[in-house]
Amino acid sequence: MELAVAVIVTIVTAATPLLIAAIGELVVERSGVLNLGVEGMMVIGAVAAFAIAHNTGSPYLGIVGGMAAGAFLALLFGLLTLTLATNQVATGLALTLLGLGLSGAIGEPYVGLPGTKLQPIEIPLLADIPFFGPILFKQDIIVYASFALVAGVAWFLFRTRAGLTLRSVGDSQTSAHTLGISVIRIRYLAVLFGGACAGLAGAQLSLAYTPQWVENMTAGRGWIALALVVFASWRPLRVIAGAYLFGAVTIGQLHAQALGFGIPSQLLSSLPYLATIAVLVIISRDRRLTLVNTPASLGKPFVPDR
Amino acid sequence: MRLELEKRSEHSTFYSIASPFIAIGLTLIFGAILFAVIGKDPAEALYIYFVSPLTSTWSLHELAVKSAPLILIGAGLSLCFLSSNWNIGAEGQFVMGAVFGSMMPIVFPDVQNTFVLPLMIIMGMAGGAAYAFIPAFLKTRFGTNEILTSLMLVYVAQLFLDWLVRGPWRNPEGFNFPESRTFHEYAILPEVLESGRAHYGAVFAVLAVIGLAVLLSKTLKGFEIQVAGQAPRAGRFGGFSAAKMTFFAFLLSGALAGLAGISEVSGAVQQLRPVVSPGYGFTAIIVAFLGRLNPIGVLFAGILLGISYLGGEEAQIVLGLSDKITRVFQGMLLFFVLACDTLILYRIRFVSTRTPALAMGEN
Repeated sequence: MELAVAVIVTIVTAATPLLIAAIGELVVERSGVLNLGVEGMMVIGAVAAFAIAHNTGSPYLGIVGGMAAGAFLALLFGLLTLTLATNQVATGLALTLLGLGLSGAIGEPYVGLPGTKLQPIEIPLLADIPFFGPILFKQDIIVYASFALVAGVAWFLFRTRAGLTLRSVGDSQTSAHTLGISVIRIRYLAVLFGGACAGLAGAQLSLAYTPQWVENMTAGRGWIALALVVFASWRPLRVIAGAYLFGAVTIGQLHAQALGFGIPSQLLSSLPYLATIAVLVIISRDRRLTLVNTPASLGKPFVPDR
Repeated sequence: MRLELEKRSEHSTFYSIASPFIAIGLTLIFGAILFAVIGKDPAEALYIYFVSPLTSTWSLHELAVKSAPLILIGAGLSLCFLSSNWNIGAEGQFVMGAVFGSMMPIVFPDVQNTFVLPLMIIMGMAGGAAYAFIPAFLKTRFGTNEILTSLMLVYVAQLFLDWLVRGPWRNPEGFNFPESRTFHEYAILPEVLESGRAHYGAVFAVLAVIGLAVLLSKTLKGFEIQVAGQAPRAGRFGGFSAAKMTFFAFLLSGALAGLAGISEVSGAVQQLRPVVSPGYGFTAIIVAFLGRLNPIGVLFAGILLGISYLGGEEAQIVLGLSDKITRVFQGMLLFFVLACDTLILYRIRFVSTRTPALAMGEN
């Protein structure tokens, strides 16, 4: 029982950055923008959070810094894709390359330095519930934030007028424009939100999951988050299932590596990536599932005619 | 002030040539600012980065070694991107080309004759193509997003190489270092000139550029590629198969990435190591766009990016600058290239408004 709780807690920790980054990207894609720069925004968030936490001693300032850094890169993405109507796929790739490069340069002095670990916050009474207490109510603030984000985004997208507006922009940019909705402004807000989420996910990596800075420490998690959005077919609650599944695969393969079994560690390390491919194939086989939910304007640049 | 785009009635010919140069200029300006901020003399730093690699025979050879893979991969990718097939896993295809091509000298080290090298090159190309086949197959058969699958396969290829050189392919006489045995003389791609290290990979790169330039501008296949990217619907009416195009683009770019991989390993490194590429497969994406998805453009773009790699090494030695700065430069360059390409299709106007818009930063 104790062991199961310990394992599930680590799965939650491993799943949280995927969950946060994916939920942010989900909002971005729902607004009709495909930002492939999640990996870059995440890694810049990780290095910014680590550096600020290291210099100020406060992991909470680090979190804020990580989110700001992610949002800053997202702003650059917005300037290109929204204001200058560039190709979103190419710009997203550029964002990832820039983010990886920048984070390497910024993070160089911080390699090998001890990190500032984000401490768990126990919620009184609830934390004492057997089994669920330690899993759900003895976590750090980012885990709580991830729960709130999913609930908030699900509510926002499907229960508020603003959410409906955002989805309409993603589904039919010209109709939305005709109705007087500022397509570009809504997309900017969505992109900035996605950037802040990716930055927060990065901050979780360098402050909670492994409190240190290692170059390229996101190791493809930004891309897996992108795959999770497809896996969830753009429905917020389904992202939870996907993120925790991947968290479980990640932790499972780590335990398998520790135990040996004579399986090459590299094969086990490649499992999350292979699982991503497998999941994408399974989802995309069902055309109805993807077509119904894919935002119809996804990836199409919008230039308002005046 | 607000920035507005106004569609041009026709593509601007001027900007389609000028935009990469404007982008390079902007990168240099921002680079100079960056150097000034970190307390280095901008003029000296830019000279070391972009001019000094051209000043000695040795560095010109190194430039050929570094640019060849970028051009080979970039040329293949430009064809892919032109046809709207987003292969971003060239790094993995490069690794697989290196792995498959190295099979002869590592697994059969006793086979030593003149047929070994051609066989290695063919196997390298086959390896890269086979690896690129996977995302192409998944895209055409199941509609799976090729961006994500091809990228995921990069990590898998890198781990596979890591396993090989630490496990079954580790050099039996190598004191347990994670390296394969060094290649015998028949497995080494020869140098082109007496004067330095530049190997035949550079020749392959030039040949690939010429071949693809002819393919794109003079053949029906080239036309089909352009149509697939710009007007897929018209392509369908014209009887062009989108699935066949996907396979063609992926297999060709995979084979070129594989060729780059085996050329690098048998020409420059001469053994397999856990890491065989300093990110050539990703940098080649920048090369493809900077070269405006045109093989001839890719040739020059590849040389420029090769210079930035070499300049980065030089700056590390002379100025004590981190080699990570190179990656920042490269990323910035791609950003500016994409931004400047907007000028080809649109006229940019600044319109005054009462509320400041988010586009203010562009002024």
